[in-house]
Parts: sequence; C-alpha cells; structure tokens
Amino acid sequence: MTNIRRWGPGLLLVSPSIVLVAVFVYGLIGWNVKVSLSDWRTAVPSSNWAGLGAYRDLKSDPAWCCGPATNVRHIIIFTVAFIIGTLLIGVTLAFLLEKGVRGEGFFRSVYLFPMAISFIAAGVVWRWLMNPAPGDRSTGLNVIFDKLGVGFLANQWYLGVNWGMAAMALPAIWALSGYIMALYLAGFRGVPEELREAARMDGASEYRVYRHVVFPHLRPVTLSALIILGHISLKVFDLIVAIGGKQLITQTPAVYMWILIYDARDYAKGAAIATLLLIAISILIIPYLIYTVRSERNA
Amino acid sequence: MTSTAAPIPVAPVAKMRRRRTVEANVVRYALLALFVVIILLPLYVLIVTSFKGVTETDPSHAWSLPHVWTLDGWRQAWNSDQYGLLPYLKNSFKLVIPATVISCMLGSLNGFVLSKWRFPGADIVFTFFLFGLFIPYQAIMIPLTQLFGDTHFPEGIPRLVFAHVIYGIPITTLIFRNYYATIPNELMEAARMDRAGMIRTYWSVVLPVSIPAFIVAAIWQFTSIWNDFLFAVFIITDPSSWPVTVGLNNTTGSLVTPYNVQMAAALIASLPTLIVYIVLGRYFIRGLLAGSLKG
Repeated sequence: MTNIRRWGPGLLLVSPSIVLVAVFVYGLIGWNVKVSLSDWRTAVPSSNWAGLGAYRDLKSDPAWCCGPATNVRHIIIFTVAFIIGTLLIGVTLAFLLEKGVRGEGFFRSVYLFPMAISFIAAGVVWRWLMNPAPGDRSTGLNVIFDKLGVGFLANQWYLGVNWGMAAMALPAIWALSGYIMALYLAGFRGVPEELREAARMDGASEYRVYRHVVFPHLRPVTLSALIILGHISLKVFDLIVAIGGKQLITQTPAVYMWILIYDARDYAKGAAIATLLLIAISILIIPYLIYTVRSERNA
Repeated sequence: MTSTAAPIPVAPVAKMRRRRTVEANVVRYALLALFVVIILLPLYVLIVTSFKGVTETDPSHAWSLPHVWTLDGWRQAWNSDQYGLLPYLKNSFKLVIPATVISCMLGSLNGFVLSKWRFPGADIVFTFFLFGLFIPYQAIMIPLTQLFGDTHFPEGIPRLVFAHVIYGIPITTLIFRNYYATIPNELMEAARMDRAGMIRTYWSVVLPVSIPAFIVAAIWQFTSIWNDFLFAVFIITDPSSWPVTVGLNNTTGSLVTPYNVQMAAALIASLPTLIVYIVLGRYFIRGLLAGSLKG
C-alpha cells in the first residue's frame, strides 16, 4: 500500500480510462443537466440560465403525462408487461432445463438466439407479425387467428388505444427471455445439491424443496434480473422506432427526446427528458451497485 | 408391526414417482418444444418471406411457403439503388472492427490493473466505471454531439468509433476484471519473485491466458456495436456514413417497401451477429452472464 513504486504504474495505466470516463460519463451528464436548465429552445445553441422552464413545459405537455396516449403511461405499461413476461418465461425455461434434459445445448441456443439480433431487424418481422389490420387483409398473427377460427382474438396490437404498449413489449420479451433463462439456469445450478438432498431426507416433497430451498437461493438472481430488465425498459428506443416510428400512440420518453432534438430543435426540453430518464434509472441502479460491491467485498 | 408395515407404502410411492417422472418428462419436452416453435416463428417468417416474389407477399399467402423460390428480395436488399444495404454494411464493418479491437485492449489493461496490480482505491475506481454501464446514453447524447462539433472531431465513422470505445470501457473492464480474478495469485507471485515489472507481468503471465476473456469481450462489443441504433442516429448526420441499422430502418421504415425486400434486408443486416452467435455461442452466454455483474 505504501510502496508507490509498486502500485504507481498501475494507476498510471488506468488513468486515461479514468479521465475518459470522468469527462464523457460524469462531465457530459453534468453538461446535459445544464442544457436542460438553459434557454436553448431553437437550432441556435444558447446557454442562458432558464431555471426549470423546460421541466415545467414538459409537465404541462399533453404528450408527456399522464392521460391515455402519453409518454409516461406508455413507458409504465411497457415496463410492467415486459418485466413480468420476460421473468415468467425466463424462469419457466430455466426450471424446465435445470435438472438436465437431452439436447439442453440445442434448447439453450434456440432460446438465446434473439439476443444476437438488433431491435431494428427484429422490428421488421414483428411489425409484420403484429399487423393491426383485420385477418382477411392483414399479415401475421391476425391471419393465423382468422384461419384457426379464433378471429375474435385478432386485435390492433401495438396500435390498441389502451394496451397497445403491452403488445409492443412482445418483441422485447421474445428478445430477452433467453437471457433471463441463462441467468436463472446459472442460479439453479448454483444451489448446492446437498441442500436439496438434505431437505428430501427430511421428507420434503419436491414442491417444498423448491419452495423452501431452491427459490430462496435465487433471490439475488431475481434482483439482478429486475435491475437489468428495468433499465433496458426505461430507455427503450430502437424497438419503438422500428415498429411504431414517431407516432404519438407508441411514443416513449426516449423517442420523444429524439423528436424534440431532430424535428423540434428544442434542446433544453430534450435534455430535460434525458435528465429525468437518468434520475429514474439511477434510483434503480445506485442502491444495486452499492449492494453488489459490498457483498463482493464481504465474500 | 411397524417394521413390516414400513416397506408397504414405499413401493407404490416409488412406482407412482416413476410414472410421474415419465409424465413430467413428456410435459417438460412438450413445453420446451412449444417454446422452440414460438421463438423460431419470427425466423421462419423472415426466411420464408425473403424468398418469395413480390406477388406472393399479399395476405392470402402470408404464412405459406413460396410457390416459386426466388432471390429477388435478396438481390434488391443487397445492392439495388433503391434498397441496397451494401454501402451501410461496409460502414458497419469499418466501425465495428476498430471499435471492438480498441475496446478489448483497453478493457484488458484496466481489468488487469484493477484485479491484479491494484492501487489504493481500485474498488472505488471500479464502481466509478460501473455506473457508466447502466446510464441511459440519452443523458450524454446532446453534449456529446455538441462537443464533437465544437472540437471539429473528424466527422462520420471516427466519431462513432470513439463513442463506442469510451462507453465500452465499463463493460470490457468488468469482463476482464472478473476473468482475471480467477487467475491464481501464485502465478503473480512467481512473476513478482522474478522482480518482473508491471508491463512484463502483463505481457508474459497474464496476456497468454487471456484468450477466453478476449473472445467474450469481443463478442459483446461486436454484437452491441453492430446492433446499435441510438448512437448512430444521433451522431451520424450524413447518410453515406450510416451503419447498417440506420440504413435498414430507412429501407424498411417506408411502408411501400415490399415485404420480401424488407425481410431479406433484416436477415442481411443480422447475418454477421448471427454467424458470430452460432460459431461462438458458449462464449456469448458467458458475456451475458458477465453483464449481470456476477461473472
């Protein structure tokens, strides 16, 4: 510790990265907050102080909050549907695989492959699958419903007025369930076999082994999964652009920010949305980072 | 009484259990297969539609196999004037290769120092990096584009390479740090006994065993940079420098583009990452698990 000639070179080697992260992560975050508090509301940059003006505008913006077809409502519905769907499918797949099945490698590869595909490319095929037109002149799932004689299931998908954003979560669930499966599979396999065996010796049914031994062990995995899915969900952008474009009916905060910058040239308001996104995600992340670093130190 | 009574209930239970496991297995494989079908359904649509002629992409043929298999859609999506993705593909390769290589080198050096050549406060620096893993990039996008403009940073792809390298520091550092933590300290001690300096220790002890971590980090960076849309759409203003995600969105975003061309374009844009996934799948999973902070 005291021997600077020992650790000095290490610090020197990492210092370019420290400086880059300090400037480009923390410095630019500060700069963005400053833009959000400025009067830069046109294509001409301006850095005069304007207080919370942009935030106040956002609050009274009918597209932002909180009625039907507003950004905040959209992102909440999307997030809830996405997290519940992905967690349920991910845990189910891991549960089905955890005791070892023939062809496990094949199943795992199939479930994970959507992770390799961009949301832009996935959006192309999901827009086809979720074509909102009625079955006889549509593509995708509505046609299948029509042919199977369950035409009443045909629906407007992502263009549905109230719950469209839940349908918008389907491609995201498709893309990330395999990831959550991989997390849980590693979690299941991390439960010591002796613990299960001990519970069985005590006469516990298989159901009770899971309920009282296995699942309690998976709590840290669930926490990680929630954090990962939560932060992906709040900033969702490409998927929405690929499927819904700039339409108001599927607009989320990240998309609105993009429209504000590129179409309306309202930089302060765009920066205000970005700041709010950062705050929302930080509330999720910071306690988790502290918890992770601490438990690593204790281990 | 008890001694003779005991075995009696055991047998039926065992038999029942066996039957139950057979039934459970049938259910298990049925469910697994069902999910395989669901997950592969979009891939089926992509492939089948991409080989159809324009006339067959109407609703009445939506899910059927092509009557006539044709490469028309692929040809148009590949290099036609109207839809061709080829120039954007080239841009993506020009972006993703240097960005991935530089990120991996930086990550390896950082990870080595933060786990094996530690300085006081190394954990704090690591946490300081980690936060950068989760920030929404929207929160730096406006100042970043402004900074590029103000400093007259070379336009186009160099800006994207720079951005992906910087914002890749947290994840690559994490992957390498977690990997190096598994190298036994005795190896390091041996080098220390030889009075080897930091660079020599890295070069002759650590680097030779780093290949798996390089593969994991490279796959992660390759995939996420190839698939990135957000940075590209904010940073690149000139269409001739668009990477393939932006080009694809531009081709398919227009509702008049025929479905066969759209699907072929989506497949072409996904092929590089799909090939990486198929060839190096098990490293891909490791990278994913590293992303959850528990490598």
